[in-house]
Formats: sequence, structure tokens, C-alpha cells
Amino acid sequence: MLGYYLDLAVRSLKRNKVLTALMIVTLALGIGASITTLTVLKLLSGDPLPGKSGQLFYARVDPNPLEGYVPGQTKPDSIMTYTDAMNLLHAHRATRQAAMALIDAKIDARQPNEHPYFADGVMTTSEFFALFNAPFQYGGGWTADDDEGRATLVVIAGFLNDKLFGGANSVGRIIRIDDRDFRIVGVLKHWAPQPRFYATDLGGRDYGDGDAVFMPLKTARSLDKGPQDTECFGPVTDLKDLETAPCEWLGFWVQLDDRAAVASYRAFLDGYARQQAALGRFKRSETSLLDLMSWLSDQQVVPNDAKLQTYLAFGFLLICIVNTVGLLLAKCLRRSREIGVRRALGATRRDIFAQFMVEAAIIGVAGGVLGLALAELGLWGVRHQPAEYAGLAHLDVQMFFFTFVVALVASLVAGLLPAWRACVVAPAPQLKAA
Amino acid sequence: MSLHPILAALRKHKAGVVLIALQIALTLAIVCNAVFIIYSRVEKVNRPTGIDESNLLLITEQWVGAPSMDTPAGVQQLDSMLRQDLDTLRRMPDVTSATTITSLPLLNSSWVGGIALKPGAQTPGKNDVQTAMYFGDEQMVGTLGLQIVEGRNFNASEIANKGMRDQREPPIVIITQDLAKRLFPNDSAVGKVVYFDGGNTPSTIIGVVKRMQTPAVGWGDRFTWYSTLMPFRINASFARYAVRTRPGRLDAVARSVAGTLYASNRLRVIDEDDGVKRFSDIRAEAYRADIGMAVLMGVVCLILLAVTAAGIVGLTSFWVGQRHRQIGVRRALGARKIDILHYFQLENLMIAGAGAVVGIVLALGLNRLLMSKFEMESLPVYYVVLGLLMVMLLGQIAVFVPARRASNVPPVVATRSV
Repeated sequence: MLGYYLDLAVRSLKRNKVLTALMIVTLALGIGASITTLTVLKLLSGDPLPGKSGQLFYARVDPNPLEGYVPGQTKPDSIMTYTDAMNLLHAHRATRQAAMALIDAKIDARQPNEHPYFADGVMTTSEFFALFNAPFQYGGGWTADDDEGRATLVVIAGFLNDKLFGGANSVGRIIRIDDRDFRIVGVLKHWAPQPRFYATDLGGRDYGDGDAVFMPLKTARSLDKGPQDTECFGPVTDLKDLETAPCEWLGFWVQLDDRAAVASYRAFLDGYARQQAALGRFKRSETSLLDLMSWLSDQQVVPNDAKLQTYLAFGFLLICIVNTVGLLLAKCLRRSREIGVRRALGATRRDIFAQFMVEAAIIGVAGGVLGLALAELGLWGVRHQPAEYAGLAHLDVQMFFFTFVVALVASLVAGLLPAWRACVVAPAPQLKAA
Repeated sequence: MSLHPILAALRKHKAGVVLIALQIALTLAIVCNAVFIIYSRVEKVNRPTGIDESNLLLITEQWVGAPSMDTPAGVQQLDSMLRQDLDTLRRMPDVTSATTITSLPLLNSSWVGGIALKPGAQTPGKNDVQTAMYFGDEQMVGTLGLQIVEGRNFNASEIANKGMRDQREPPIVIITQDLAKRLFPNDSAVGKVVYFDGGNTPSTIIGVVKRMQTPAVGWGDRFTWYSTLMPFRINASFARYAVRTRPGRLDAVARSVAGTLYASNRLRVIDEDDGVKRFSDIRAEAYRADIGMAVLMGVVCLILLAVTAAGIVGLTSFWVGQRHRQIGVRRALGARKIDILHYFQLENLMIAGAGAVVGIVLALGLNRLLMSKFEMESLPVYYVVLGLLMVMLLGQIAVFVPARRASNVPPVVATRSV
């Protein structure tokens, strides 16, 4: 029976090529627009570390003075002071923990007459790499002893290794950063989680190629490297001594493996805030421990414009579906005679319904194919925009199949009304000479 | 022409009528809001920053092997290197003026602090009134093309220098007119004393400039026009200069300035991509998301209108086909071609009108939804009226061809039985 319906459907579509083309193009436009914006939205709001994101948490405490504080409503700032970060780090209450801030690194080129250039970097503590499962191509990270000893070690990104050493194993070699010699202890494979969640609100871009250098926090500070974002909440006499100034500049991530660990760490944070209040350092008792995805959502990393565009695209798809309903209705009511004949010859209402649904499905598949082409075109356009995430806008396998699902669902929904109207056509009046 | 026959005919095709009306309603809702978004973005992008944007270059460079900015001797050494650079820049043939400066409007990198009328009261950065600070010398006002409306500019003798981390506040400042009105609504600001970052050092306002935008892009909307100019050369491991060139010589200077600075002092890095920037590039980068959004909305609107028009054409053609016999009968009974044309046009007007009424409600509802979820303003009434007219016009244009075909149906059709 399906073969017969397909045959009927193809014939009827061929009979009125203009209308068929109009329906397919309309549906394809709606689908193309929706899939393009949805792919971009998915890219921006996707999980940067699938598999680990459930165990990563961002801790916040609040050393700010009482002014402007509304208990229960005011959230802590997203960065913390050196004292707090070190206290939490040395308490070692989580499976792994790391404090981090973003820096600018001046890297000397290997050839003497080439100019040095600047790259993004992170100053952090030893557990950073294990915490985020950063993959190493050569070597590994540094140890906690290296942290304390201010060792001049560095981990570099794969793309920097390619640029400076041609991709060879450069562990043990010297790289000159900020006029100081650093020994390379590790080279990372390509690692650029989108968005760069560990640096959210530390300054810098949320999407892009990833950081080039990673160096121990105390080493960077001993070289007088400053973080990219500093927020001070008290009068500062000497900005050089950031470790003791009333300034926040570090982000703190922890790994907690199960719910019990999360609850106990939350209790630990609250206890820490109370202890600091008793010591007179803290005036506010707010703390916060959010898992990675909640943190990204809290920081509204996904630009509002991306969400707006997605809503618009789906509104557009809705109009295209309404359009298709109208055109399908026109098409199938025009064939009342044919339906009357089929019904007189013994077709049930269900058969007629199925016939027209098959026709709608064919429109859907054709619209899906064209819509896919339009979506690729749209994403090509997005890739050529000078936005941070532009290079990553690609249609992956999941979205590919999703396109067809959307197209089929859209066309079947559109086909419901016309198919129903067709199947209630009474055969007798149609058979009389009209 | 009486409406009753039209309504009676439409009642037989309820589904089709509802579909066209629904399409028109949705199109009206989306197009009204999309055009409003376009307008808001275009308005934002066209805001003048208050500086003379043509002929302006920003040069950012880092010293190599520089002395520390935290020792007095180091600061003075950095300052002499900076002054040598300013000298070199000012000597260039096509440069009319040059200044050292820490940032520019729309650069998105800035010093932000609190400004208050009393000493020491508030904590820095959490004040009610925030301002972006620009540190430069006496040529800053001239290089940027700022307009002094009250008071005066800095003199060369009033410019001091300090290391970047030096927390010294300036004895005199120049502020923007909007900031002056905010702090001193009833008085002239010139001669008044303000305090920065909750400190105790008084700073006297010696001048007011008409307009200068802060560097913030996408944040800091509360203090977009609150800028303060401070008479300091900032000495740090990097230096920034703003250069104004002779009209038409911007490209020539942009190409040669890096070479000239390297020739004067090799121990520096001027980034190849970002080291020398035209202000037009800074502006384009700052607003590229907004422009992209406006373009996207425009394209979607056009496609949407085309799709709706196509739908109306399709469905109306179908109706004309179905009512062939009736049209023939009417013509046989004496209706002229123009009467048939008017009939279909009026019918379309009624459907579009009904759809537009629903569309207005949807447009306002959508606007409220967008206002609550994103930062949008309330849709002005004339947008809705314009949208209504446009959608009705669209319907009329779309129905013209099928209506013409209908009017060409010959009366003899009435006599045929098929």
C-alpha cells in the first residue's frame, strides 16, 4: 500500500510543480533558519567538559564590607582574594582543587631578529590539569612542591609547541617568557573547551583558541605578573602587593565526586565563612558552590542575541508551517473528485488520510534536504562573521539528523488538517457531474 | 458593494480564511518587533562618541627590558622613554597632534572608579556614581577633538607622571557635561571639588567637555557618558598613544608609524595585528554584534514577507479556481471585470484586516515577552500602525494577480456544466 501512496503522491506533486516547489522552498527556508540558529545556540551553551562537568564546582566567598548587603539576596563576587584562595587550597577538603587567574605572556620568538609576541595564559596551582582532565601530548604538569618553590616551569599548548618547536617533544627545553627562562614540563594536546568556563569572569574572551601558557601561580606573582581582572573592595595603598591588598582576583574550582562530598564541602565553606567572620575578616556570610553548568547559566555566558535569534527562527518556522498547511489544503481540496472516486471504489477514510500524510511526508523530506543545504549556507555565513565562536559553527551528526526530524515533524503537523479535510469528503456529491 | 455576499462566501472556506489571517497576524507580530530591534541597534551604533573619529590612530606598544614601574627611578626612566616617543610622534610630518592616553571610547578596556562629593565616605568602585578615567597630557583634548564648554584645558605645566600602580589622585580634572549635570544639577561644575575612589585627596574640576563616551561596550550602560580626564602620563611596561593625522593621511601614517617608533627605540614590541589601530576599526569591532543582529533581522523580515505573500497568492489562486462557475454566473448577470476584481480585493482586505487586528495583539504581547527576557524597550504605537498598513498593502499586492485572473473569467463559463 505504501508504494501505491508514494506513486499517487509523486504524481500529484508533479501535476502542479509550482505549488509543490513553493511548499518545499517555504518549508526549507524555515528549517534552514531554525537549524542555523539552533546550531549556534547549541555551540554557545553546550557542555564544555562532557563527562566531567557534573563533578566540577565553583566556590565563592564574600569578603566585601556590609555596605549594599542584603542578606539572602546579595551574591558573592565571582573572584576571591589571595588569602581566601590559599586557605581553601591548603584545607584540601575536595578531591582536587585549584586557584587560577588569567595573564598576558610575552613570548620571545626563537629567531633573534623576530619580534616577541603576546599570548593568553593562566597562572594557577598544580592540580589544575588533573582537575579539568587536560590532555597532555608530552610530559605532564608540575607538583605542589614546585608551586611552593616558585619553580620557573611552564606547560604550553599544542599550537604554541607547533609554532615554536615544530611540534616536536619540547619537554625539558627552555622558552623565554617575559624576559625570563622557563623550562617546559608539559605540552597539551589541543584543548580549548567552549566556552572557556574556567576563565568566566576572570577577564578575557569566552570562546576562542584556548590559552597558550600555564605557569605556577606563585612563580608568576614573583615575576610581578598581574591578573587581567582585579576588583578591590577597600582602600588600596600598594597595588603591587595583591596578596595582602583588599582585592579579589582569583577563581577557585574544586572536584567533588558525589553528593555527600558536595554537601560536606558546602558545609565546609559555610563554616569557613563563619570562622572568618569571627576573626573579623568577613562581614558577610554568603557563600556559593555551583556546578559547572549552573555557573555558566548564572553568568549568562550565552549571549542574549543568540537566544533572540533562535526564538526568531522558530517563529519563522511556525509561519512557514502555517503557510504549508494552507498550500497543502489548497492542493488536496482541489482533488475532491479524485478522492470521491477512490472512496467510491472502496478506500476507507483511513486510506485517504494515509495517502495525504504520505504526500506531506514527501514534502517534508524534500524540504529537509533543501533545508539542510540552506542551513549549511547559513552556517558558512556565520563562520565568516568576525565573532569569537565563528570558526566552530559546524553542523555535527546530531544536528544533521535533527534537521530531518524537524522537517518531518513540521510537514506531518502541517499535513494533519488538509488530510483530515480530505478524508471527510463525501464521495456521492463528487461523482455527480459538478 | 455590500459585504454580506463576501462574508457568506468566506464562511464556506473557514479553514483557508483562518490560515491566511493567522499568517498575516504572525507576520505582523514578528516583523514589527524585528524592525524595532533593527532600529534600536542602528540607533545605538550611530551614537557619536564625542571625539573626532576620523584621522585618529591608537598605538599600543610594550617595552622590552624595561625598568620596573614600581621604583621612583624606574618610573622616571619609563617617563623619559615615553616623552621621547611623544616627541618622535609629534615630529612626524603628517601628524597634527599626539598624546599619551590609557584608553579610548569603545575600546572596552578601562579604568573605572567612583566619584563623590565627599572624601573617604564610600568604598571604591561601589559608589552610586561611577566614571571611566582617561589619563593623558595637555594635548589629549586637542588630539581627540573634544569640545570644552566650560572652564579650560590642562596646561603643559600641570601634567605630572606616575607609575601605573601609583594611587595618587590628580589635583585637577576635566569631566564631561553629563557627569557635571549629574553631580551638580543646579550649578556650574567648574571650581568644585570631587573625590575619587573613596579617597581623601580633593580634585578640583577645571573644565567641562561636551561629550565623551566611556570605553565600555555592552556593559557600563549606567555611566556611558560619565568620563573624567586626568592630567597624568602613566608609566608602565606598556605605553599607549593617540595620534591625530592630517585629513587623508591616516593610512600613510598608520603604515609608517611603527617603523618610526622602532627606529627611535628598538627595545619594544608593537603587535602586528593590534598595535596600530584606526578608530574606525575600534568602532567596527565594538559594534559588530549589533550590526550582525540588525542585518540578520532585516534578511529574515524580507524572507518572511515574501513567504507570506507567496502563501496568499497560492491560497487565493485556489479559491479563484474553485469559484470559477460562480464568477461566470456573476459576469453573465452583468458584473463588469472591475467588479470581480474589486470583490476579491475587498475580500482580501477583510481577511487581512481581521488578521492584522489579531496581529497587533500578538505584536504587543511578543514585545512584552521580549522586554521581560531581553533588554528591549516598549514598542512605539506608530510601529504597530505602520506594520498594519504594510501588511494590508502586502495582502493587496499578493491578491492582485489571482484577482486579475478571476476577472478574466468569461461569462460563458456559467453555461457550461463542467
